[in-house]
Amino acid sequence: MAEYRFKTPLTESDIRQLRVGDSVTLDGVIFGVRDANMIRVFDEHIAPPVDWRGAALLHTAPNVRKVASGKYEPISVGTTTSMRMDRFTEGLLRDYGIRAILGKGGLSAKSAEAMQKYGGCYLSVTGGAAAMETLQIEEIERAYWEDLMPECIWQFRVKGLGPMTVGIDTHGGNLQDSVQAQAQRKAAELLKKMGVA
Amino acid sequence: MEVSDSFYGVVENVCRDLYIQSLKEIPPDIVEAIRQAASRETTEVAKRIFSHYLQSIELGRTQDMIVCQDTGIPIYWVNIGGTLRFDGARLNNAIVRGTERATREHPLRSSIVSPLKRENRQTSTGERVPVIHYDFAPDSDQLDILFMPKGSGSENMSSLKMLVPADGVNGIKRFVIEQVVGAGAKPCPPTIVGVGIGGSSELCMAMAKKATARPLGSKNPDPQIAALEKELFDAINQTGIGPQGLGGNTTALAVHIESAWTHITCNPVAVNMQCWRAERRRAILQADGRVEFSF
Repeated sequence: MAEYRFKTPLTESDIRQLRVGDSVTLDGVIFGVRDANMIRVFDEHIAPPVDWRGAALLHTAPNVRKVASGKYEPISVGTTTSMRMDRFTEGLLRDYGIRAILGKGGLSAKSAEAMQKYGGCYLSVTGGAAAMETLQIEEIERAYWEDLMPECIWQFRVKGLGPMTVGIDTHGGNLQDSVQAQAQRKAAELLKKMGVA
Repeated sequence: MEVSDSFYGVVENVCRDLYIQSLKEIPPDIVEAIRQAASRETTEVAKRIFSHYLQSIELGRTQDMIVCQDTGIPIYWVNIGGTLRFDGARLNNAIVRGTERATREHPLRSSIVSPLKRENRQTSTGERVPVIHYDFAPDSDQLDILFMPKGSGSENMSSLKMLVPADGVNGIKRFVIEQVVGAGAKPCPPTIVGVGIGGSSELCMAMAKKATARPLGSKNPDPQIAALEKELFDAINQTGIGPQGLGGNTTALAVHIESAWTHITCNPVAVNMQCWRAERRRAILQADGRVEFSF
């Protein structure tokens, strides 16, 4: 399995070479998004205040310390469950030119299809290991939509973020999904063996 | 024994400290289980994930860092010594204030919002939150407070089923395994799988949650239930979900079952999972204000 290191913004050719199980480390600028700000963009139709072409979006809402008006220092930046934001994936790829979604727990088959179509990928961050992740954040450059605190759109500058595991690639691979399908088959076998009809 | 007037201030400070410390120091039994699980993995991906877990545990312990960004829903399990005398409403207030102070003074991310308007007071508190459970211990003059910051990745995977007597123990087995496998990567495995059996619907879920706080290696005192814990544990760890649902040999660190008697027509089962960090922190207070922290 290959190891990649990219600097943002990402290009379509960066992404199309990836295969599930590869590892990716990122440098540059990434954006933190999640439930409340995605609902604002897609359900309330308010355009995000940033250009997301080639961007990597991290599913997160951090712990921060306010140091000045609009300026925050990271206390703990980790990764949240992606599936809650699953229905926004296609719009992010199609309308805003996102290249990578960083999250935990995986995305649906429908999102994986959109990744294939638009040239995007899902990078699986180790959930719950925020302490390590926080040390890879160099700076919180900006927070947009502070009224949604802590669910603002966060602009982070990162150095050596990862290594993350490619969970969904552009070739039809969806790692969490295949593990899940295999586990379902195994569970059916186990229940039979346990005498549970 | 009657508590002194300063007791409530001590409770407030203790609750602040429990919240902050629980996010930074992972219980030793969990750390040991994660180490052992790491050594059982063979694939590159699973090994990498466990190494991230262990690095973050270490950063929490040695660098005073929060291990996971999810400050959770603050939940307290308060066990009141039967011979202790105090004002319950003041105690309740002290717990709430301690929670707010942890959030403000550290500061912590306030993860608590109103259910429809999604208003966040930035205090980790709100209507009926923190969640505080009270119980009583006979012949004791201590106040035992167990705290858990319940993360949402695992909390969102909670489920209850009102099975009927005809579904029997097989219905329970099927439900638990289906819930754990269906949750897959989302609760941040390997998890502690808490199971409640019996009781009323709300008691069943509360037991499932409390079960996740039992120390690893503990068994239900009823041998039949202990055998069920083991059977489910072995089965779940053969499903191959693994750390972060990316495949591996450890999907659960334990299966803990708690039970209560139930209605003649009922056979309820609840599943409540706790993520790999299984944060919990405990303080035991004496009436004179002495405090001892543990897990």
